[in-house]
Amino acid sequence: MSYVIEGETGDWELVIGLEVHAQVISKSKLFSGAATDFGAEPNTQVSLVDAAMPGMLPVINEYCIEQGVRTGLGLKAKINLTSVFARKNYFYADLPQGYQISQYEYPIVGEGEVILDMPDGSTRTVGIERLHLEQDAGKSLHDQHPSKSFIDLNRSGVALMEIVSKPDMRSPEEAAAYITKLRSILRYLGSCDGNMAEGSMRCDVNVSVRKAGEPYRTRAEIKNVNSIRFVHQAIEYEARRQVDLYEEGGQVVQETRLFDANKGETRSMRSKEHAHDYRYFPDPDLLPLNLTQDYVDAIKATLPELPDEKKERFIRDYHLSAYDAGLLVADQATADFFESVAKGRDPKMACNWVMGDFSAAMNRLGRTIDNPPVSAANLGGLIDLIADDTISGRLAKEVFELMVETGKAPAVIVDEKGLRQVTDTGAIEASIDAVLAANGDKVEQYRSGKDKLFGFFVGQVMKATGGKANPALVNEILKKKLG
Amino acid sequence: MSELTKLTMAEAREGLKAKRFTAVELTKAHLAAVGAARGLNAFVTETPDLALERAKLSDAKLAKGEAGPLEGLPIGMKDLFCTEGVRSTACSRILENFVPTYESTVSGKLKDAGAVVLGKTALDEFAMGSSNETSAFGPVTNPWKRKSDPSVKLVPGGSSGGSAAAVSARLVMGATGTDTGGSIRQPASFCGLVGLKPTYGRCSRWGIVAFASSLDQAGPMTRTVRDAAIMLGSMVGYDPKDSTSANVAVPNFEAALTGDIRGMKVGIPKEYRPDGLSAEISKLWADGIGMLKDAGATPVEISLPHTKYALPTYYIVAPAECSSNLARYDGVRYGKRVEGKTLDEMYAKSRAAGFGKEVRRRILIGTYVLSAGYYDAYYIKAQKVRRLIADDFAKAFETVDVILTPTAPSAAFGQGETDDNPITMWLNDIFTIPTSLAGLPGLSVPTGLSADGLPLGLQLIGRPFDEETVLKVAEVMERAAGFTAVPAGI
Amino acid sequence: MSLDKATVKNIANLARLEVREDELDHLAGELSNILQFVEQLAEVNTDGVAPMTSVAHMELPRRRDEVTDGNYPERVLANAPERIDGFFVVPKVVE
Repeated sequence: MSYVIEGETGDWELVIGLEVHAQVISKSKLFSGAATDFGAEPNTQVSLVDAAMPGMLPVINEYCIEQGVRTGLGLKAKINLTSVFARKNYFYADLPQGYQISQYEYPIVGEGEVILDMPDGSTRTVGIERLHLEQDAGKSLHDQHPSKSFIDLNRSGVALMEIVSKPDMRSPEEAAAYITKLRSILRYLGSCDGNMAEGSMRCDVNVSVRKAGEPYRTRAEIKNVNSIRFVHQAIEYEARRQVDLYEEGGQVVQETRLFDANKGETRSMRSKEHAHDYRYFPDPDLLPLNLTQDYVDAIKATLPELPDEKKERFIRDYHLSAYDAGLLVADQATADFFESVAKGRDPKMACNWVMGDFSAAMNRLGRTIDNPPVSAANLGGLIDLIADDTISGRLAKEVFELMVETGKAPAVIVDEKGLRQVTDTGAIEASIDAVLAANGDKVEQYRSGKDKLFGFFVGQVMKATGGKANPALVNEILKKKLG
Repeated sequence: MSELTKLTMAEAREGLKAKRFTAVELTKAHLAAVGAARGLNAFVTETPDLALERAKLSDAKLAKGEAGPLEGLPIGMKDLFCTEGVRSTACSRILENFVPTYESTVSGKLKDAGAVVLGKTALDEFAMGSSNETSAFGPVTNPWKRKSDPSVKLVPGGSSGGSAAAVSARLVMGATGTDTGGSIRQPASFCGLVGLKPTYGRCSRWGIVAFASSLDQAGPMTRTVRDAAIMLGSMVGYDPKDSTSANVAVPNFEAALTGDIRGMKVGIPKEYRPDGLSAEISKLWADGIGMLKDAGATPVEISLPHTKYALPTYYIVAPAECSSNLARYDGVRYGKRVEGKTLDEMYAKSRAAGFGKEVRRRILIGTYVLSAGYYDAYYIKAQKVRRLIADDFAKAFETVDVILTPTAPSAAFGQGETDDNPITMWLNDIFTIPTSLAGLPGLSVPTGLSADGLPLGLQLIGRPFDEETVLKVAEVMERAAGFTAVPAGI
Repeated sequence: MSLDKATVKNIANLARLEVREDELDHLAGELSNILQFVEQLAEVNTDGVAPMTSVAHMELPRRRDEVTDGNYPERVLANAPERIDGFFVVPKVVE
């Protein structure tokens, strides 16, 4: 299912690489003791260091180092035991130091990989080029005043991980799957909350196009694309633009572009282009960061089971399809919920319920897995009632809705509403006899070959029993009596 | 001139303890001297009210027997140290009205030790200069005069020229300096003082306006070696707020002044005798070697082969770091702002108006050597040569305990006497820069006078964190030299 | 390396320093002199020498992840050339 753009001159292939800025979960900033909470009053979560007052110096937060290493390990990446913080020099109103402390030649994490779970259940591997730690800038507000921009430094100095992929993606879907998977891994690790709306995960997208078999062509970098949907749109637009440009005899220039979500298009940011020269050099206020293998190993020992391993286990132990397993493990809490439901029960049935009615109810009510519409124990109880023939699958759906509504346990609802399935053969036989007796003409027609009427009898019996008769028993006895 | 201003710190400390005078009297005497010597332009900002308040507190502490090591002693604070509530300018227009809401670690420690700060002393703008002539607030005049022509105003050296002039003119008993390539030692030599640049990492850089982060180091400027040891003790110490601050034990520096250097090996680097070194300086150096021999030490000729490359190395490394360190002066959060139509225009105008010529020059050089395509050829090359220079010292210290060199190639020169070529001015630091690049402790001690009656100093260089040996040897030389000359009018 | 006026203009722009057109010639000459002076390093053999970025022989110290600073907007904004409603203010930036 390769993605191609059909142009006038033939088919074009996409080449996509992503740079994701993920805000590290930590109480305080990368190089200062100011808080990192989102949404505080302007310039309150700012230390003298974050405001780059004269003579202020950075001191690194050990937990941010740990988070970087943990994330690197989660991306199955090489951890560099020596890394170096460098200054990236440029001027901007919300960059107080006039440089960003980042890592350049020697990042803390080297090559790794992310395995994409595609909607068709297949997987694809995307290489990770590197992960490095750096400071976030402050925030400029351009819409508060007709002729002024306002600067809030609350974010200034918050730790970010810049995670750079290799140019391994070939379609907007793969790019979306990459972000989804990366976010899932970060959340499992607890190193980033992945909240794109609040900006704690931001994407720069590198896009180029080429004819099959060609080397890479010039790429454009689309900055700060802040939702998976926009990433999808931006890539589609940008790829088409580049194809059109080539086919009109033009050339793509290497540049930074901006995605305009309102117009659904990308446009050149020439203002930012002019004379980019970041003059990276090792920050003389800091020393190289040396880690020991023991330190790395100790963090490794605390890693949780990550989505890929969990998926494999779900396929192996629960015999789920790759597709189902992939969906369940995307979110750790969902996977945990599933496992509570599936424990000692039919996993396929548990999966169907969790991904089906349960998910639907959660979405409908705007609930989350941490605040579920039905507890795992109750959902499990419901499955038990189906399994032991207390209720039929059809009735179970009704019971589930009542569980959502009332919060009561399924057995209680079944008892209160008298929904317990009738499995007493005597009672069923009596019902059947009554139905057959009342429909003598139909019995005749059936016996003379009108097989289709069997369904009519089943329906009548179920109606007579208020839907509570065990359908399998009804079938069996009916067949015998009509036989 | 009050007798009180002629005291050393050590003497004043005893006088206060013995209640021969009070801290308020001592402070008042010095404040009067400050007032009488405004012509020197040694201070950028005077803080007499704060000083008297502090002196009263000192008297109370002395009375209660709770005196700190510097209790009641009047000092000057180089205006590169940020001081809470007191304007801190770095002698730049760009910080002309900057009032920090914080106190640098070193100035805070000195205040905690009981020092009475009389004000902020002048410096070359952002500590970039060797004559104090780059200050945005006018040049500082050296209290020493040429015998041949006392009317010529001499420079005090730089960048800690205001501190040097103030200590030399007996306006304060000691003052802080900072040294990036010689900014404590060269002005000490020009003004007949003891100036000590400690080992890199000995004093916290937190709250000191940064010039070149990998080189900057604070230190004391005093009239005697003992005073330098006393003052140093209240400036040093590990600071968790500075990632390059060394977590090493703080010795009792004063206790190191035993006067006994018998058996010590003193390195005499042959490369510090360049063609054209003046006969006067050569003789000063030879005399110094003689003093050490007489005291039972052994001079050993050593080689520091990369010495001649120290100056070009420094003038890549220091401007590179400064170009980045000074990027924060952009008119957004503090400092001078010149309005512009766009943000970039505001930056360019503010910075052009805020920075003087030498600072602009160094920012441009630093920007260039870090720029794409030139980084390896200049910056990386310099960092490699820097290692060779440091290795030269490390090798020398395998055989010697301390190294003796001249501090500066000449005595103080006249204001405006140097030519327009900036490199001529930079040559002032030719003997001090190698030490800075290697991060070693270096001290200038006055040991003689030029033919024209101006003080000249010799530099002692020690192993990392061995300020004790440097101080010990310096004190022996101080005693042997019997340097008693004072500036005219003292 | 001899710098031309265009290069001086470019680095002045990178450094956000306004330089007047009539200063460029003089600056280009001065900076070229300085570069020629520092270029004597080329004669030093540095094969196999690791660049020295710091003389501090120590490990990078690390802080615990605790909120120990900030929450004093007045101290942060005290020297601001222009401020409105707790924000720093600059000429409008157009993207």
